[in-house]
Amino acid sequence: MDSRTENESTPMKNRLSVERKSEREFVVTRTFDAPARIVFEAWTRPELFRQWWLPKSMGMSLRSCEMDVRVGGGYRLVFGNGMEFFGKYLEVIPHSRIVWTNDEAGDAGSVTTVTFDEKGGKTLLSVHELYPTKEAAEAAGTGALDAMDETFRQLDDFLVTLGARGERP
Amino acid sequence: MVQYTNVNLDVSFAALADVTRRGVLERLGRAEASITDLAERFNMSLTGMKKHIGVLEQAGLVITQKVGRVRTCKVGPHRLEEATAWLEKYRQLWSARFDELDRVIEDLKERDNPDGLKNRE
Repeated sequence: MDSRTENESTPMKNRLSVERKSEREFVVTRTFDAPARIVFEAWTRPELFRQWWLPKSMGMSLRSCEMDVRVGGGYRLVFGNGMEFFGKYLEVIPHSRIVWTNDEAGDAGSVTTVTFDEKGGKTLLSVHELYPTKEAAEAAGTGALDAMDETFRQLDDFLVTLGARGERP
Repeated sequence: MVQYTNVNLDVSFAALADVTRRGVLERLGRAEASITDLAERFNMSLTGMKKHIGVLEQAGLVITQKVGRVRTCKVGPHRLEEATAWLEKYRQLWSARFDELDRVIEDLKERDNPDGLKNRE
């Protein structure tokens, strides 16, 4: 593929795993070198969450980020390009588990479950996304991925403007 | 816009669920290689690599061709882009996200533990 993906196979880093568990589920896991309470904090305090949810390395940013992290509480994220993402927290167990809905896609919206599993001072983080149907899972090019597509397109355009030519056909 | 062909997507995703197979595809994306080359590069037995190639071949992600005694592998015609585009982007997104999260977590650890003393948890 291209050079963007190259450094992801570096063995020194905690390895990211992305799996399609079933027709309706995706699971992302990775270990973090910190106790669960710290990782949990980074997920639940908006001023921290917004620092990493849209990676700067991809040229993305959040215009606003409101999070009321408690059962029944809501969240709303507005991306730099104006796209909005919102939903409700279904479960919040401190330092252990957060479950929320992704309501921007209506009926096709997924439910995200994040678990924090601490072992020996490190935390195994697992993000589980469950779509209502197989079709919704496969059409899940919504949300951040679309925004990312757009970012890549902009980047492509930018590189073309600079006169840099990729190796792709 | 990429239209997914649902029929083959499951097989493709299953094929891509394995880190070695993804590595093989990335490698083949750059240049064709024999199964022997791949086995060496991924530090794996010939039999093990043959199995992986078999799965990728079934998914249509790789095609192989035997010339003399050597079986050469290359990326299949179109399916790779269809099947990997989404999952690969998904992976890139989470990878980048988590790299930033590492930074936030380091800051928090620093705050909790400015002198680098041992955590009391």
